[in-house]
Amino acid sequence: MTRSFLGMPATAPPGVGHLRGTEPFPAAARRALSDAQLRRNLGHATATIRGRSAAVIGEVPDWPGLRAAGRAIKTDTMARLPELLEQLEAAVTAAGGTVHWAADAVQANRIVTDLVRATGADRVMKVKSMVTQEIGLNEALEAAGIEPVETDLAELIVQLGDDRPSHILVPAIHRNRSEIREIFLRAMPGVDRALTDEPAALAAAARRHLRQTFLSTRVAVSGANFAVAETGTLAVVESEGNGRMCLTLPETLITVMGIEKVIPTWRDLEVFLQLLPRASTGERMNPYTSMWTGVTPGDGPQAFHLVLLDNGRSAVLADPVGRQALHCIRCSACLNVCPVYERTGGHAYGSVYPGPIGAVLSPQLTGVADNASLPYASSLCGACYDACPVMIDIPSILVHLRGQAPHPRAEATAMAAAAYTMDHPALYAAAQRAVRLGRLAGRRGRGLPPPLSGWTASRDLPEPPRQTFRQWWAER
Amino acid sequence: MMRVALFVTCLADTLFPQAAIATVRLLERLGHEVVFPEGQTCCGQMHVNTGYPGDALRLVRRHVRVFAPYDVVVAPSGSCVGSVRHQHATVARGAGDERLAGRAEDVAARTYELSEFLVDVLGVTDVGAYYPHRVTYHPTCHSLRMLRVGDRPLRLLRAVRGLDLVELPQAEQCCGFGGTFAVKNADTSTAMLADKMRHVLATRADVCTAGDASCLMHIGGGLSRLRAGVRTVHLAEILASTEAGPADAPAPTTGGTR
Amino acid sequence: MSAREVILGRLRAALGGPVPAPAEVARDYRGPGSAVVDLDLFVERLTDYRATVHRCADADVAGTVDAVLGGRRVVVPPGLPRHWLPDSVTAVPDDDLGVDVVAAADGVVTGAAVAVAETGTIVLDAAADQGRRLITLLPDVHVCVLRADQVVATVPDALARVGPYRPLTWISGPSATSDIELSRVEGVHGPRNLHVVLVAAESGTPVDRELEAQG
Repeated sequence: MTRSFLGMPATAPPGVGHLRGTEPFPAAARRALSDAQLRRNLGHATATIRGRSAAVIGEVPDWPGLRAAGRAIKTDTMARLPELLEQLEAAVTAAGGTVHWAADAVQANRIVTDLVRATGADRVMKVKSMVTQEIGLNEALEAAGIEPVETDLAELIVQLGDDRPSHILVPAIHRNRSEIREIFLRAMPGVDRALTDEPAALAAAARRHLRQTFLSTRVAVSGANFAVAETGTLAVVESEGNGRMCLTLPETLITVMGIEKVIPTWRDLEVFLQLLPRASTGERMNPYTSMWTGVTPGDGPQAFHLVLLDNGRSAVLADPVGRQALHCIRCSACLNVCPVYERTGGHAYGSVYPGPIGAVLSPQLTGVADNASLPYASSLCGACYDACPVMIDIPSILVHLRGQAPHPRAEATAMAAAAYTMDHPALYAAAQRAVRLGRLAGRRGRGLPPPLSGWTASRDLPEPPRQTFRQWWAER
Repeated sequence: MMRVALFVTCLADTLFPQAAIATVRLLERLGHEVVFPEGQTCCGQMHVNTGYPGDALRLVRRHVRVFAPYDVVVAPSGSCVGSVRHQHATVARGAGDERLAGRAEDVAARTYELSEFLVDVLGVTDVGAYYPHRVTYHPTCHSLRMLRVGDRPLRLLRAVRGLDLVELPQAEQCCGFGGTFAVKNADTSTAMLADKMRHVLATRADVCTAGDASCLMHIGGGLSRLRAGVRTVHLAEILASTEAGPADAPAPTTGGTR
Repeated sequence: MSAREVILGRLRAALGGPVPAPAEVARDYRGPGSAVVDLDLFVERLTDYRATVHRCADADVAGTVDAVLGGRRVVVPPGLPRHWLPDSVTAVPDDDLGVDVVAAADGVVTGAAVAVAETGTIVLDAAADQGRRLITLLPDVHVCVLRADQVVATVPDALARVGPYRPLTWISGPSATSDIELSRVEGVHGPRNLHVVLVAAESGTPVDRELEAQG
C-alpha cells in the first residue's frame, strides 16, 4: 500500500510548521551547553517550578488516584478517537459552532487564513497555543497579509525578540528579566524608556502595550486544552487574562486543536482540571479557566470555528506503544524535571515540542527518520515518567523509538558482533581478555577511538582488573 | 540457607570483579550458598537501549535459559535487574516469542537487586559490616525509579559500623551515564556529571557509593580526571567489609588510570 | 474525499478492529460529595493568591462594597441584588454596554455560581447576577459576593454544580503571570484586584436567587 492511499495514517508533511530541527540534537545541545547565561536561567527556572509543583501536589491526598484516572480516560479516548470526534463535531455544531477538519498543517493554515480573510480583518490576536506553533500559523498569516499578535506575555517576549519558544508552558524560560527588559525597550512601540527589570513592571508594560489590541481586534485564534465530546465544550486554561480577552471580546473566534485533545465526558474535566495546574505551573488552580460551548447569544464571539487537526497524529495512534504520547496534556512537568532539558534548553530539540515529551512526540509526528537524534536525547533516568500527571511511560517509548531509528552502519555492525560474541561464552571470555590486553598494549592515555572518545574526553577509564570475575571464580 | 545464583553482569565481570567478589563473600558470610552459572554473559540492556532489540533477543534468550533453573537470582546492579524485569519480556514479545516472554517474566520474578534481596528476602539490614570511612550514597536512576529500592541501601549503610554517612545534595539527579547516552550525547552527559561531582565533593566524603558499577564508573572516571581524591566503591564492597576482612581501603572501584 | 473522511479513515486504520465500548474508568479519587467544606481553608487559599477576602453578613455587603469602590463607577449585571450596592457608587447597569464603556469603568460587582475551597476558586456562569463575561474582565476591580453555602470543597464538587450550556469562567485570584523567571506576578490583563465578599450563611437573609435561576 502506498503513502498516497488516503485512508492510511500519515506523518506531518515537511516544509511547513516547526516539528523538525535543522541539526541533530547533540550538535544543537553542544552550543546551548556553552551558553552559561542560558544554563543559569534554565537551572533557576526549573528548580523554582519543581519546588512549587511538588508543594501543591503534596497537598492533595488523592494525587495517585487522579493520575491513574487521567491515564485511564486518555487510554479510553484514544481507543474511541474517531467516534468521539464525530460526537464532538455534532455537539459543537448543535451549539452554533462550525467544525473544520484539517489533515495536515497546510490545510489548517489555509482554513484559518480563509476564515480570517472572510471577516475582512487584517489582524488577529492569539492565545498561546502549541498547535498553532506546530503548524507555523503565524508565518502563514503573515504571508497572507494578516498580522498575528501574540498576547501571552512569554509569547510576546518571543515574538518581539524575534526568537523561538523553548518551553511548552513558559516559552521565554531561556530569558531572564534583564534580557526581557532589553527586548521590550528595543521592540515594544511607545514603551516607557524608564522601564525597570522588575517582573511587575515588565508585566505592566505588556498590559499597556496590548490593551488597545484587545479592545479593537475583531478575530482571535486560540488552541484548546480540552474539548468535551459529550457536550461540545471547549476549555482554555491560562493565567494572565489574555486568553479571556481573546475568547470573549472579538466577533469571531477560531480554535485550532489537535484531535487528541478531545475527552469523552463533562465529568472527565474534574480529573484534568486538578492534574494540569498542579503539574504545570505548580498552582492549586491557574488564575483563569474559560469554558464555552458553541456560541452564546449576547455574550462573547458570535461566530465560532473549531479546526480539528491531524498533522501526524493518526500515525502516532497507529503505534500501540507510542500511542500514549497522545495522552499528553502539555503541562511541561517532564521538561522541568529532565536533567537533559535543564542543561540544554528547548531550542536544542529543534521541534516546538521540547524535552522528554518532545523527544517521543516529534519523531512520531514526523516519522522517526526526520527526528532520528531525539529518541537518544535522554539518559533514560525516568524522572519524566514519575512527574507525568497522566503517567506516560516516556522512557519506554524512547527505547521503542530507538528501535525504529536509522542506525549508523558501523554501529549496527559492532552491535551485531557484540551480541554474537556475548552469545558465545568462549568468545566472550576471549574478548574480556582482549580488553585487558588492549589496555596494556599501550592505550595508557585517555584515548579511545571514536565514538567512545566522547566519553573519555572528560573521564578516565578504569584500569582493567588483574583478573575477571569468572577467572577468580574458576580459581577459587 | 538459600542457594543463590549470582547474575554478575558483564560490566562487573569484566571491569569491576571486586564488586562481584564482594557480593559472593557477603552472601556466603550471611550463610548462603552462591553459585555462578557460567553460561551467563550480558543481559542485553545496551542493545535494547541503543535501539537493537533484534540483537538483544539472543541475549535475552541466553539469559533466560541460563537462569531458569534457579529459584533466586541476585545481581549487584539496579540497572541490569531493571532490564531483566522491564525489558526482557518486551523484547521477546516484540519478536513474537510469547513463550520466551512468559519464561522471561518467570525469571524476572525471581531476580533481585542486592539491597532488595538483603532487606526484603533475607530480612536483614545489619549485615555485620565495618567500614570506617565518610561515605555518601548516590541512588542510581534505575534502582530508584525502575526498581523502587527506596531507602533500602541507606538502611544497610546506616547499620555499617564505623561508617559516617553523609547526605548527597540533589541525590536523585541522574549522573549522566545512561549507557550509550554518554557516548552519543557526550557533552550533555559531561554537564550532568559535572554537577553530580560538584555535589559529591560538597559532602567532603572519602567514598561515593552506589548499587551500580556503571554509574560508579562514570562518576569515578570523572573524579579521577579531577584528581579529586574521592573514591567510588560499590555498595557490595562496603557491605562485605568487616573488621577481620576489611575492603582494600586505598583501591578504588573505578578510576585511577592515566 | 473530504479532509473529514480522510482523517476519520486514517484513525480507524490506525486503530483497526471493532470500536470498543466506553471504558469503565476507575475513579479512585475524591469525587463529588466526598470532602467536607472548610471555609477557613477557602479564605486562606484566596488570600494566598492575593485575593482580598471580606467576611460579613448579607446586610453588610453594601458597606463592604462602599469601602472598596465608594465614589467610583461600577458596572452592574442585570440580576445583581440591589441591596448589595451602596449609594456611594455610580452604578452603570450592563444593558449591552459597549466595550469601551465597560473598559472605562472602575470596577464591577457580581455574584457567583459556586466556589471551590481547596483551590480558592470562584466560578462564574454568566447568570443574571454575574452578567456577560467581559464585564468581569475589563474593569480593574472585581468584587464578587458569595454566600457560604455556595462554597464546595473540591473541583469535582464544583463541576457537578455547573453545566456546559452557559459560558464558565473559573477565577483563582487576580490575573497573574509566571512568565518572567517563573516568579509569580499578580496583575496582567485581567482585573488586578479581586475582592471576595463571603456572606455568612447563618446571618442575614438568604439572597434571592430567583434571577439567577432565570439566567
